[in-house]
Amino acid sequence: MKSAKKVTLIAMVGVSVVMSPGVHAASVPDEKVATLRQAPINVEPTPPAMQRVSNTDIKQVRNYPMQPPVIPHKIDGYQLDLKVNKCMSCHARKRTGESQAPMVSVTHYMDRENNFLATLSPRRYFCTQCHVPQLEAKLLVENDFVDMDHLIAPKTKAEH
Amino acid sequence: MIAKLHASLKKVWAVLRKPSVHYSLGFLTIGGFVAGVIFWGGFNTVLEATNQEAFCISCHEMENNVYEELKTTIHFTNRSGVRATCPDCHVPHNWTDKIARKMQASKEVWGKIFGTINTREKFEGKRRELAEHEWERLKANDSLECRNCHNFDYMDFTRQSPRAAQMHSTSLASGEKTCIDCHKGIAHHLPDMRGVQGF
Repeated sequence: MKSAKKVTLIAMVGVSVVMSPGVHAASVPDEKVATLRQAPINVEPTPPAMQRVSNTDIKQVRNYPMQPPVIPHKIDGYQLDLKVNKCMSCHARKRTGESQAPMVSVTHYMDRENNFLATLSPRRYFCTQCHVPQLEAKLLVENDFVDMDHLIAPKTKAEH
Repeated sequence: MIAKLHASLKKVWAVLRKPSVHYSLGFLTIGGFVAGVIFWGGFNTVLEATNQEAFCISCHEMENNVYEELKTTIHFTNRSGVRATCPDCHVPHNWTDKIARKMQASKEVWGKIFGTINTREKFEGKRRELAEHEWERLKANDSLECRNCHNFDYMDFTRQSPRAAQMHSTSLASGEKTCIDCHKGIAHHLPDMRGVQGF
């Protein structure tokens, strides 16, 4: 939390430094200012090449138990609006026999009072709010995520 | 009344039977042949002119709704630049089927004149009905217009994603399903699909 505040402070200082000509970049190097644009405001930068969507159809391991499972296939052109939910034409309970796709979790048939509904709960309707396909891409920023099993492991070892 | 009709028919028959007085046999046969060629050529030229995308989207109903939707799909732009135009999917290539479809399309001229779908709201209101017509047609002809380009015999399942290969090698191969059964809404937005099989 403290470091986050520090970063914002540095960023703000950076912005003010940029805005006042002459003093530019003496204290904060450009690459330290977080931005996705990486180009002057009046220049249209060439976008990076489109990344390939992973289309293996093989279930991915969840990083933590409550993680919404990621989509292991392309969803290009799958209509998902008030008229149609294309995802459900495979993942709905009744469709799984034919499609052999995993059924959406039972929680998706529950309203927020935990009553079971016959169809998808409206609050769960828009699949891509939580479930997303994955890219075969290099990470933009370093990821130091540690699986909780790794956190637990040394402790249990010490106890035994 | 019937006697009168009979009499006039007889008169017509008498004229047809009578040999020509003013024109030679050569003029009539060669002239008839040339006229026939011109008529047939003209007919087909006009028919082909109505079989072009430019003709289809000369009406705003098509240009502002379905054509705009097509633009975002793989049948409009893709890596290899092969694209489908309106008639590739919506008009049969076979001549008799084509003429049959063109005769049906006279209803669309009626719709244009009376503005059946001349606003976005009216079009959305009719979308399900219009889509159902196309699904029905493709179901009836075993998705012929898809198969004009996508030939099942030359599909390489090893180059398809596992789930695509699974579906194509079972349901499609056995003839139990046809393209349109699963691939609805690939070129245009879908209507409200409540009650449609498979949704």
